[in-house]
Amino acid sequence: MSLTFTLDGKTIPFEDGQTIIQAAGKAGVFIPHLCYHPEFKPHGSCKLCTVKVNGRHTASCTMRAMPGMVVESDTEEINAERRALTQMLFVEGNHFCPSCEKSGNCQLQATAYHLGMMSPHYDHFFPNRPVDASHPEVLLDFNRCILCSLCVRASRDVDGKNVFALSGRGIKTHLIVNARSGQLGDTDFALADKAAQVCPVGVILRKRQGFAVPIGERKYDKAPIAETVTEGK
Amino acid sequence: MALNTMHAEAVAGVVDRVVARYRRDPSNMVQILREIQESCDWISPEAIDRLQSTLGVPRTKIEGVAGFYSFFYTEPRGRYRVLFSDNITDRMLGNRALMERLCNNLWVERGKVSEDGLVSVGKTACTGMCDQGPALLINNTAMPALTAERIDEIAELIRNKLPLSEWPAAFFKVEDNIRRADILLNADFKPGEALLAGRARAPDEGLMASNMRSWREGLPSGMGGPIAVLDEIKRAGLRGRGGAGFTTGMKWEACRNAQLKAGYQRIIVCNADEGEPGTFKDRVLLSTCADLVFEGMTVAAYAVGATKGFVYLRGEYRYLLDHLNAVLARRRREKLLGENILGIPGADFDIDIHVGAGAYICGEESALIESLEGKRGTPRNRPPFPVTNGYLDQPTIVNNVETFAAAAMIALKGGDWYAGIGTRHSTGTKILSVSGDCERPGIYEYPFGVSIRQVLADCGARDTQAVQVSGPSGICLAEAEFDRIIGFEDIPTSGAFTVFDKTRDMFEVARNYVHFFQHESCGFCTPCRVGTSLLKNLMDKLHYGAGSPYDFSEIEKLNQLLQSMSHCGLGHTACNPVLDTIAKFRPAYEKRMNQQDFTPAFDLDRALSAARQMTGRDDAAAHLANAHGGEA
Repeated sequence: MSLTFTLDGKTIPFEDGQTIIQAAGKAGVFIPHLCYHPEFKPHGSCKLCTVKVNGRHTASCTMRAMPGMVVESDTEEINAERRALTQMLFVEGNHFCPSCEKSGNCQLQATAYHLGMMSPHYDHFFPNRPVDASHPEVLLDFNRCILCSLCVRASRDVDGKNVFALSGRGIKTHLIVNARSGQLGDTDFALADKAAQVCPVGVILRKRQGFAVPIGERKYDKAPIAETVTEGK
Repeated sequence: MALNTMHAEAVAGVVDRVVARYRRDPSNMVQILREIQESCDWISPEAIDRLQSTLGVPRTKIEGVAGFYSFFYTEPRGRYRVLFSDNITDRMLGNRALMERLCNNLWVERGKVSEDGLVSVGKTACTGMCDQGPALLINNTAMPALTAERIDEIAELIRNKLPLSEWPAAFFKVEDNIRRADILLNADFKPGEALLAGRARAPDEGLMASNMRSWREGLPSGMGGPIAVLDEIKRAGLRGRGGAGFTTGMKWEACRNAQLKAGYQRIIVCNADEGEPGTFKDRVLLSTCADLVFEGMTVAAYAVGATKGFVYLRGEYRYLLDHLNAVLARRRREKLLGENILGIPGADFDIDIHVGAGAYICGEESALIESLEGKRGTPRNRPPFPVTNGYLDQPTIVNNVETFAAAAMIALKGGDWYAGIGTRHSTGTKILSVSGDCERPGIYEYPFGVSIRQVLADCGARDTQAVQVSGPSGICLAEAEFDRIIGFEDIPTSGAFTVFDKTRDMFEVARNYVHFFQHESCGFCTPCRVGTSLLKNLMDKLHYGAGSPYDFSEIEKLNQLLQSMSHCGLGHTACNPVLDTIAKFRPAYEKRMNQQDFTPAFDLDRALSAARQMTGRDDAAAHLANAHGGEA
């Protein structure tokens, strides 16, 4: 007999060992997320993918699916909470969508649209985060970092390089690179690295490629994120 | 020039020595970094270069760990690094004025390093000296009972560059202040007795059959007792003393039953990362009854079949390290640790002490295990739980210091004896760390069921307005609730008992606690990382007099979000002090509600304070009219 659980009333099949978000993705059901990426070990930190399992909040990227689970995801309550988290991420960093190269391809922006975020709501923190333009091919704009650690995982687990890591604590948590100078140009980072492809926002940017696709014709301009991000696509 | 510049070769020598002592094992990263800093005053780029090559780990890993803990410095902080404890009790005892005095004495700005690189003065979270504050840490060594005279003496010693080892020992004298002792603090116990009693609880034939593994996986037969000891712990009804109150017997049994992979062993961890502001009972247990605690750990090892133990000692208690190591060495000599303990073949267990480095979050058991493994202290995703996948993925028990002390007494005197103390739902005793507005602050051990009123009477508290039980993550009680009792069925506690009399401003108490959580959030999950900062900003806004009813509802909403979305207990409880004080001491907030309509947090006059500081001007003309006022 096949294993199933219910997600917002819909029956979702799953295989033993799959997480809720994996099974939902396979079934074509979108659960908002930022630090989750199907190719990497889940991190469970952004909390956008939080759902209610049998009435209790839990991150769907780390929670294994179990037979008969009753999962709520697309509810007014949970989406309001996700919206608040998205607003928190917007005020924590410096996100100026109109001037950002990633606009239209940015998962944070697309998620904000998906959740109906109309304003940042909270007071901006306006942190001071210098950019790193030391690498010949790649620019790092830390202003947009949401600490999802996808580049950390990609560099460590796929590229075998450990170019990135999180340092600091609390609100001072920040991304560092693997060089005594702290400059990307002094690392073995390469444009072909997996870590160069996974940033969901606009931190890791290819130089001299700005606005190759006009705004209006970009990924999330064409289709909202809920229709573009499902397992394997 | 700078005192902080050591020659690269000297740094390399220190690093090599430390790394060799820790067997080039990166899972000892936190200890390695601590010892390097103790020798070099900071963790310099040269030290990291050397670590990277000798340990063979990427620089990002070293810097990531060093950057997480408050007591690690990757920038020079002076040869003398002074950190004033900034718990609310230190505040009430005037730590701010003393810090100003020291800064003025030494010509150093708060939070900065003096121009000659000699000294820095800053603040840190509660250092666990609330009964003898105000306190500070100098180069991570505790110095309680500060006075203005003492501050002047300290300044003089620093100016004369006298090595810390030559300072008067009296400066570092920490009192135990035991005011009421019961079965633990007054234990009728000789080292080894609890183990022998446990061993003597030889099971009957039936139990023997279920106990084929005994102490260590693979041993052919029971040595008599492990299961029986576990039964006594269960019969005693012992629950964890760290605050959460999980049933100890269940935890031990789960660890005992966890499958052991080849080459793995079971681990016993004593959580002495006593970071909850207002708590200091573990410090006293370790200084006065270390044998009882170690014996409790050994009893646990005996019951579950563990062979390796750790004490995770908070960095603020670094000064206890030599004492604890001496007790461990004596126990090894007495055959109470090591191989074949008390002559029982195969009974192998030993304990190492791991010193933390200033991170409250490491009191959370999975963050503690991460830290033990030499990583950033970030709570893990659970399940799996430590009892099956703990330290280096091995089955691990993490219990509080007091839990182990109680376990030793249960092994000695039996579960029924223990269950006869306290209340039906809360057996045994609880050690309270009493501080704040009372005549006799210190350590009070009571059978569970004691009322708040009784404790207040015993410690000589008068005109009490409120008691914060179990620290900022606990509960704030007002006068009408003083007949409630300490116990899992009413008010569970990790041990903090902070008294506030009627002169205290409960809003400022809550604001101090909110600042604490903001500082200690590990930063892993979005809601806690950003939410605690937002909460801090809201409380500061109220403090500056720009509060309105709007801000109340914002606090309410943040609380709900932190409760439902946070990764661990820190985020879940970060709003507690605010919600409790709003509910019970609303006038303290209303006093600050100058505005009925929304007022922005931004205040132009306050924003100019940096300019005033830079220009040294603070006259009337340097201020805007109608400012809210207030200081950061």
